[in-house]
Amino acid sequence: MTFAKRPAVALALLAMVALLAGCERPPVQSVQRGYRGLGMEQLYNPRTVAAAVEQNQAQAPLAPAPLTGQKASAVFKNVQVLGDVDVGEFTRLMVAITNWVAPQQGCLYCHDGADMSSDALYTKVVSRRMLQMTRQINAGWKSHVAETGVTCFTCHRGQPVPANLYFNAPGPDPALSMAGNRAGQNAPSPVVGYTSLPNDPFAPFLEADGDIRVVSTTALPSGNRHSIKQTEWTYGLMMHMSQALGVNCTYCHNSRSFAAWEASTPQRATAFYGIRLVRALNNQYLTPLAATLPPARHGPNGDGPKVDCATCHNGAYKPLFGASMLNEYPELGGPAAPSAAAAAADIVATVAPPAAVKLYFAQGRAELPAEAGTALAALVAQAQTSGMKSFVVAGYHDASGSVAQNEELAKQRAMAVRDGLRSAGAAEASIELAKPQQTQGGSGADNPEARRVDVTAR
Amino acid sequence: MAEYQNVFTRVQVHGPAYAGIPLRGGSWVREGPPGFSYWLGKIGDAQIGPIYLGFFGVASLICGFIAIEIIGLNMLASVHWNFIQFIRQLPWLALEPPPPGNGLHLFPPLNEGGWWLMAGFFMTSAVLLWWGRMYRRARALGMGTHVAWAFASAIWLMLVLGFIRPLLMGSFGEAVPFGIFPHLDWTAAFSIRYGNLFYNPFHMLSIAFLYGATLLFAMHGATILAVSRFGGEREIDQIVDRGTASERAALFWRWTMGFNATMESIHRWAWWFAVLCPLAGGIGILLTGTVVDNWYLWALKHGVAPSYPSVFPAVVDPATLPLVTK
Repeated sequence: MTFAKRPAVALALLAMVALLAGCERPPVQSVQRGYRGLGMEQLYNPRTVAAAVEQNQAQAPLAPAPLTGQKASAVFKNVQVLGDVDVGEFTRLMVAITNWVAPQQGCLYCHDGADMSSDALYTKVVSRRMLQMTRQINAGWKSHVAETGVTCFTCHRGQPVPANLYFNAPGPDPALSMAGNRAGQNAPSPVVGYTSLPNDPFAPFLEADGDIRVVSTTALPSGNRHSIKQTEWTYGLMMHMSQALGVNCTYCHNSRSFAAWEASTPQRATAFYGIRLVRALNNQYLTPLAATLPPARHGPNGDGPKVDCATCHNGAYKPLFGASMLNEYPELGGPAAPSAAAAAADIVATVAPPAAVKLYFAQGRAELPAEAGTALAALVAQAQTSGMKSFVVAGYHDASGSVAQNEELAKQRAMAVRDGLRSAGAAEASIELAKPQQTQGGSGADNPEARRVDVTAR
Repeated sequence: MAEYQNVFTRVQVHGPAYAGIPLRGGSWVREGPPGFSYWLGKIGDAQIGPIYLGFFGVASLICGFIAIEIIGLNMLASVHWNFIQFIRQLPWLALEPPPPGNGLHLFPPLNEGGWWLMAGFFMTSAVLLWWGRMYRRARALGMGTHVAWAFASAIWLMLVLGFIRPLLMGSFGEAVPFGIFPHLDWTAAFSIRYGNLFYNPFHMLSIAFLYGATLLFAMHGATILAVSRFGGEREIDQIVDRGTASERAALFWRWTMGFNATMESIHRWAWWFAVLCPLAGGIGILLTGTVVDNWYLWALKHGVAPSYPSVFPAVVDPATLPLVTK
């Protein structure tokens, strides 16, 4: 039997191959990162990862510059942002910025050859604003960029215009006024990972502070009127973030409940600040710059380019896979430009992430474990230094014993921790006993993880 | 001797074309002389036709044609009447229901849900008329109406999704768009909005009946094929006149799982599993948003969802921290 003699077999095989044409070529590796059985996995294709790693290489730092002891503002004219930086360091940074942003065009991409201090070229004005923005991000948004920080290279990657930017989507097509309304979705758009979801999630969420949270916080209806269509907009934004970071939904969310924070991964909080960071940058820096940019740099609607998650991340879960170039150029982490809007952003950004302690109890007992004293004292000290005002205490029990007995036990454990907090120096009024939605802390009758009290300082 | 060994019947029986029993009353007749197809004979009966349309069939086809035209032409309009783009983008194209602000208003602008309401009306009419046709043709043959009622179960789910639930929610915007990817993305968004549909017990039941129906179908099909060498394909005869095929099949299942359905009851098992799948699913959809707003929290509250050990450090909603705007 040969295929030539059996055209039907050959045709069937061909059809099967054609059906698979849209699929990604294996291998796909899955990496478990949550509790087993919950689908908390990240999927990686080694080829895609290799390509992303190649695209996300940090640039080697320039050799350190000898310090001259003179400030840049004393030597050069019209230095508005980096005036207090040493001249040696300043010059080194200017060379670095040229490499990062305009390696082909050179210094004269931004500077007037006749007078380096002149603001005649729009690119110089934009660069100054971008320097202010970079310093603002590094100083005021540690909740998102941590100590890794950003430099011009994070977005620019050797190009005057970063590869990933967005412009506002054109409004409704007048040619489609009678029929064929796409309702801002139903088109193959890479922004939302080629789903049919609303493909401009930027304007409502990364400029305006549209309602991202659509899921109810109560089991039964209690006035949440968010529609499925609104959910699709949120979903579109999430697809953009997933694409921009090269991660699955479960990088931040728990497959059991996308909404529940207590079941989420810590990355979700980082992403929360990221959304607010991008929104602040667009409103404070990018949108106002449209007037400075020439029409050639404008989008189809005459608006300026704006940033989204992909602008920095470029397909990596951390830009440059977490390599910090800021360490080599600490002057970019300098104080933020003092402005009212920036100050407001500062307040949002400098809230420290919550500090938390877990205390594990013996089976059926509510006495504080031996290490509780030191752990609670450390937490109280940490809370005082970072200005946290309250402690939330939640008690849990394991699966053995009756429900009533267990609920009482979880409560007794929480109260023991409250007393422990008080003796560690926390004020009575700052301690809040919060009964968890489900007091059983884990499955299994003898699960030490389940017999615990969570203390979170806020 | 003729034998049946796999999905494809190896033997094709060709008799003279059979036109069917005489029709009782009515002005409609069967259409077309019957023909034979060798290739269809590979998977079923080789005879094609004659087909009976009747009033319900004709009316259903007309309504279905109108619905598909409205949907298709809207999709074609959305790619500026470009046929190549229509084919390329077809999986993404859709006809969307009215925006949520429209509520239950019956005549929104055509391009903002009006076309969708019309398409929905004609599609529903087509399906209901086709149901009438299934029922009437079964009656005309003196059959039971099991097929029609099984079909009705699927229609129930369709009506819940596209009509009854939107009515209860007070907005046609809650209904499903017409489109290939769009209706799938809608389904995912529906589950997300209501806190994970997998915690909906009727969804669980529906899945159990769905997989159960395929399992029963596989078990039954395999059993009959396995005993066809003993005459097992004459299963209807064997319901009342149990032969060695029936005995062997029953014995096989008693040996392997201790219990067997009968030649008659296996068909009731399969019918009920298939019917209960959309029936339970429809109930689950109907309760979503109307009675329960977050199935995950509902399942936690009622001990349906287990708790798992926490793997990550405690995560707190940043919006609840002081000084953070939403």
